[in-house]
Amino acid sequence: MSIMIDSEKCIGCGRCAEVCPGNLIAMDGKAYMKYPKDCWGCTSCIKECSAGAVKFFLGADMGGMGSLVHTRQQGDILTWVMECPDGSVKEIHINRKESNRY
Amino acid sequence: MELQKLSTDVLIIGGGTAGCYAAITIGEHSPDTKVLICEKANIRRSGCLAAGVNALNAYITDGQTPQDYVDYARKDAEGIVRGDLLLTMSEKLNAVTEHLERLGLVILKDEKGKYVTRGKRNLKINGENIKPLLADAVYSMKNVTVLNHVNMTDFSVSENRIKGAFGFNVRKEIFYSITAKAVIICTGGAAGLYQPNNTGFSRHKMWYPPFNTGAGYAMGIRAGAEMTTFEMRFIALRCKDTIAPTGTLAQGVSAKQINAQGEVYEDKYGLTTSQRVHGTVMENINGRGPCYLKTEGITSEQDDALLRAYLNMSPSQTIKWLESGKMPSQQNVEIEGTEPYIVGGHTASGYWVDTDRETTIHGLFAAGDVAGGCPQKYVTGALAEGSIAAQSALRYIDSHDFSGISDEEISRHFWEAEKFLDRDNAPFDCEQLEEAMQTVMDRYAGGIRTNYRYNEKQLAAANERISQIEKLAETLCADDMHELMSIYELRERLTVCKSLIAHLAARKETRWHSFAENLDYPERDDENYLCYINSRLENGRIRIIRRRPVKEDEHYEHNDRQ
Ligand SMILES: Cc1cc2nc3c(=O)[nH]c(=O)nc-3n(C[C@H](O)[C@H](O)[C@H](O)COP(=O)(O)OP(=O)(O)OC[C@H]3O[C@@H](n4cnc5c(N)ncnc54)[C@H](O)[C@@H]3O)c2cc1C
Ligand code: SF4
Ligand code: SF4
Repeated sequence: MSIMIDSEKCIGCGRCAEVCPGNLIAMDGKAYMKYPKDCWGCTSCIKECSAGAVKFFLGADMGGMGSLVHTRQQGDILTWVMECPDGSVKEIHINRKESNRY
Repeated sequence: MELQKLSTDVLIIGGGTAGCYAAITIGEHSPDTKVLICEKANIRRSGCLAAGVNALNAYITDGQTPQDYVDYARKDAEGIVRGDLLLTMSEKLNAVTEHLERLGLVILKDEKGKYVTRGKRNLKINGENIKPLLADAVYSMKNVTVLNHVNMTDFSVSENRIKGAFGFNVRKEIFYSITAKAVIICTGGAAGLYQPNNTGFSRHKMWYPPFNTGAGYAMGIRAGAEMTTFEMRFIALRCKDTIAPTGTLAQGVSAKQINAQGEVYEDKYGLTTSQRVHGTVMENINGRGPCYLKTEGITSEQDDALLRAYLNMSPSQTIKWLESGKMPSQQNVEIEGTEPYIVGGHTASGYWVDTDRETTIHGLFAAGDVAGGCPQKYVTGALAEGSIAAQSALRYIDSHDFSGISDEEISRHFWEAEKFLDRDNAPFDCEQLEEAMQTVMDRYAGGIRTNYRYNEKQLAAANERISQIEKLAETLCADDMHELMSIYELRERLTVCKSLIAHLAARKETRWHSFAENLDYPERDDENYLCYINSRLENGRIRIIRRRPVKEDEHYEHNDRQ
């Protein structure tokens, strides 16, 4: 599992590179994933990107099927957006003020 | 590299859970004390809490007492715990929880405003943003300075007293020499010692952060600090492939561990943390694998709640469910044991500390996963220890001033790092040597491949190979500061591996299946081994020290250190 950065969408704010716990993302005007195989999959970078440019995927070696996931935030609502290879899109909205049920 | 010299009253190494909380504690209790946090990443999302956590695993619920928590942890560790450390931690669990809530953590409450509990010791939360909340609290403290992207590598110690530490920036060519009156080490545990479950592209999809490389242990070992119980490795039982936590399934929807034939097997092997792993290993060995958590038949509302809960702590698992098109209600969740880690917050490995969390080096305190003797700490326990260590450091600096670091020592550490940058054309790269180390540990020191088992002959072979790789690591070269960090991480892991092997060899019994399963000594031996196995590096050799159990009515002090 790792991330991809859409350079068309990236506005070069540098926040993803700043927060990655493994210092894996570098900046060259725009952000790029410098060490794809070292990603822990924590999704910190994805939640930090207000442009929705960082996309997360599961590696084929762990059963990934090619969906790309990014997030969108509005107030307390964090929306996880999953773009599937067949073109369909799934969304899950999480209220950050609500606890897990389990 | 450029050399920068800094000084601070208290230096905190590692701005994770324990480190941030130690800084907050000093900020609140002693606003004139200068605190510096050096963090290799950025405290906003660094360490174990990066993705978020699913619950607070350590809380004293109604009807339970701190002593009950001590008893539980002692039983789970088959007796090898420090009663004094567990009790002083347990007594603080509820206060730090309430503090977390004041900082903004969402904790589930009932209509009467009381926390809703999960089992005897857990609270339900939304833990997705727990780390940014702690980071914000740190930044609100006027006396705390944070240096992000600074990787610390060595302590400065003379006459067994801390003077400061060395490190470098992982992005800019800056080497730091930092003097401090006291140091709190909070670098977490060690992952990446053994070959992981996923060995290819997703090699870093492991449970414990691959960026916690055991730096704190290695720095302490090299400086002659005493370490304890490394042989009690932690192996997590996790969802296959995603290595996501299973507690939410086990506790949330009461999913039982079943084998391929659908039989519940957990009762057969016992319910301690190591027995649960062992049971799963045994079912596989005996041809009844794979093993699962039985989720088939749960409701679609439960499916939905699980999808959400996992997004808040381990998003890969939610994506896996969605991509496969099979929800947990339709398909049981396959489980497997991870590779072994050294983590003092789950098991008891780490620095040998006194009740006040001072290590055997004067003025060096330890908290969180890096500190030993006190398992089942989890998030709240790491916070509790962070606050205890901070209070102790404050008392210490009352009567201890700076003792400067000599230019000769600075220059030695500076050139040790610079040589990797100056050199080019090395036969090996860091990745190759890391793979070599993980393969050796996997095959000869009880990794996944040998079902976590080992014997003395294998350990001796492991020791020999790791020593050779240590020498090869000295020939590496680094093109930039990130590569320099990778080289230091490898060296730290190798140092930890050697101590670990010595500990595994020293406990000539099998007290915990899987965690420390010695095939030459398959039985538990209370007569000889109801004691701590400690170690110290002396003149380049690891000396094993056995110590008697410490109970909770005792205030333990180091009375035989230099
Ligand atoms: C994936 C995961 C899920 C968990 N879920 C739960 C849960 O649901 N509930 C619960 O109660 N507990 C949970 N735990 C356990 C709990 O999170 C940890 O025990 C606790 O956070 C450890 O705190 P720490 O401060 O010791 O380590 P960390 O928080 O990891 O902090 C260590 C810090 O040191 C930094 N560092 C490391 N090396 C260096 C160096 N050389 N120089 C400078 N900085 C360095 C790291 O970047 C990191 O920021 C979980 C742990 C993990 C890994
Ligand atoms: S956070 Fe998003 S917009 Fe900012 S640099 Fe990273 S990818 Fe680009
Ligand atoms: S998912 Fe986590 S580890 Fe991977 S690049 Fe993003 S922030 Fe870094």
